[in-house]
Amino acid sequence: MADLKRRRGGRGGFGAPGPGELVLRYTLLLLVLAITVLPFLWQLSTSLKGPYEDVFAQTPSFVPLQPTLENYAKVAATIPVWTYALNSLIVAVIVVGGNAVGATLAGFALARLEFRGAKLLLALFLSTLVLPGEVTIISQYVTVRSMGLADTLLGVALPGTIGMLNVLLMRTAFQAIPKEMDEAAVIDGATPWQRLVHLGLPNVRGMLSVITIFAFIGAWDDFLWPLIVLNDPKNFTLTVGLQYLNGTFSANPRLIAAGTMISFLPIVILFASLQRFFFRGVAEGAIKG
Amino acid sequence: MTAPVLPAQGALRRRITPWLLVAPAALWLFVFNVWPSLNTLVLAFTNAKPLSGGHFTGLDNFGRMLDDTQLVDALLNSIVFMVVCLPVLTLLPLLLAVLVEKKIPGITFFRTAFYTPVVASAVVVALIWSWLLSDRGLINGLAQAMGVLQGPLPFLTDRWLLVFSAITLTVWKGLGYYMIIYLSALGNVRRELHEAAAVDGAGPVRRFWSVTVPGVRNTMLLVSVLVAVSALRVFSELFVLSNGTGGPGGRAMSLVMLIQLYSRGFYGHFGYASALSLLLFVITIGPMLLLARLNRKAA
Repeated sequence: MADLKRRRGGRGGFGAPGPGELVLRYTLLLLVLAITVLPFLWQLSTSLKGPYEDVFAQTPSFVPLQPTLENYAKVAATIPVWTYALNSLIVAVIVVGGNAVGATLAGFALARLEFRGAKLLLALFLSTLVLPGEVTIISQYVTVRSMGLADTLLGVALPGTIGMLNVLLMRTAFQAIPKEMDEAAVIDGATPWQRLVHLGLPNVRGMLSVITIFAFIGAWDDFLWPLIVLNDPKNFTLTVGLQYLNGTFSANPRLIAAGTMISFLPIVILFASLQRFFFRGVAEGAIKG
Repeated sequence: MTAPVLPAQGALRRRITPWLLVAPAALWLFVFNVWPSLNTLVLAFTNAKPLSGGHFTGLDNFGRMLDDTQLVDALLNSIVFMVVCLPVLTLLPLLLAVLVEKKIPGITFFRTAFYTPVVASAVVVALIWSWLLSDRGLINGLAQAMGVLQGPLPFLTDRWLLVFSAITLTVWKGLGYYMIIYLSALGNVRRELHEAAAVDGAGPVRRFWSVTVPGVRNTMLLVSVLVAVSALRVFSELFVLSNGTGGPGGRAMSLVMLIQLYSRGFYGHFGYASALSLLLFVITIGPMLLLARLNRKAA
């Protein structure tokens, strides 16, 4: 009993770890850290190794012995990797902008305004969630092609420009605003537009950040859809371009390593600086679909 | 006093504004979701190809499925994928969440680091692992240096080794994602239950099974359905690890790889690809409906 009291009284309360437990916990944490981070570091190390350093050795050096950035220049001479990065960025920017505007407007209308057909529309938005994207990818390509957008970046960006899940997430965010606040604005004669701008937007900034960040990462990381839409190597996005590099010049791992780092580093920096939004996004059910 | 808006005009505007706001999303709903869904259903009964319009061919595409040995291989791969991923990705991330739950110094760093593979694209992850698993890569090199292996294991050129390599990197990439889902669920497990169990003399292992696991049972169900659906949808990992070939004889393909294969080029066949898409729909709809129900319950 005394033991229990002591535990409850402590600052950490129940389960404040003792020294033995702490050592065990940190040992396990470091082990998992090694498993998750070492493959990335190994790739980074390979990308920095000079042409005379043996990357294949059975006991290779983890730290580059002759560190150099020339692989990054070489990969750019082999494939237009900076153009690919720019292409990926263009697609991501269109997708982010479209979702920020389109999902916000529709989410607000579905959550706060009354109109005929709202229920039916909501049911249709919801029903798209049970359909994995791959099921409609062929007909989506047929649609994009009939618009004359096959093999274009716009064709890559367009279908994801307003994500159905994002509309529903924004609707949920607007619904969380207390009804009384909104009703007061209606009585004061505010138009829907004024209610959206002055009352709605300030209260959904968190969710808006979550959906824009996830839209950016989703577009930047996407592979199957751009692989289907794009044909001409000069239009490739970074993921498609990297696979192309891998298929064509698999002889030099240093170049592929440099290419993967060009794709990976911007995302890691974005993630590290905005990580609290990521965890919130997953917790709020922004389940990738 | 400003001039009052004519009532009729105001009412009209009130009726139209919601539609204006919802119009872009509704357009996207119909053009990129509803229409392609219906069109998949139609195309599946035609022999439409990238270079020709095609016409109605009845059940031909479905008859072709029955004789398609590549499809049998793909489905078998999917089953193996799912059977291995399900227990591993349901349990390991839970253990990891328990490990990072306690707020000890530096824990945010560890949580962030464990989540990093999730934000990397599947292509980047698969290229990193291609290099690690290649004949002259780190894993084969170290194994030989330590005398575990005599020669390199063909991780990327043997059908089953390819499938298991893809499973390994799927697990590696998925751990952090499911860990975060569990982490928010663990916050809801009542602390008194742990305390009571501790008073009764239950050790950490016992408490894990008798308090933590029952407390997050619904989340475990949610995670296992998510894992099952994503196993059935696997594409990039197998595609990149096999360099687009699907392994020796294309026997390490997945269903989505087959859909992609028929989406373009000389062998392109929108009709057959659509029939395969319907098959994907049929095998995923059960878990997807369950997922929708679980999500609504959680909300």
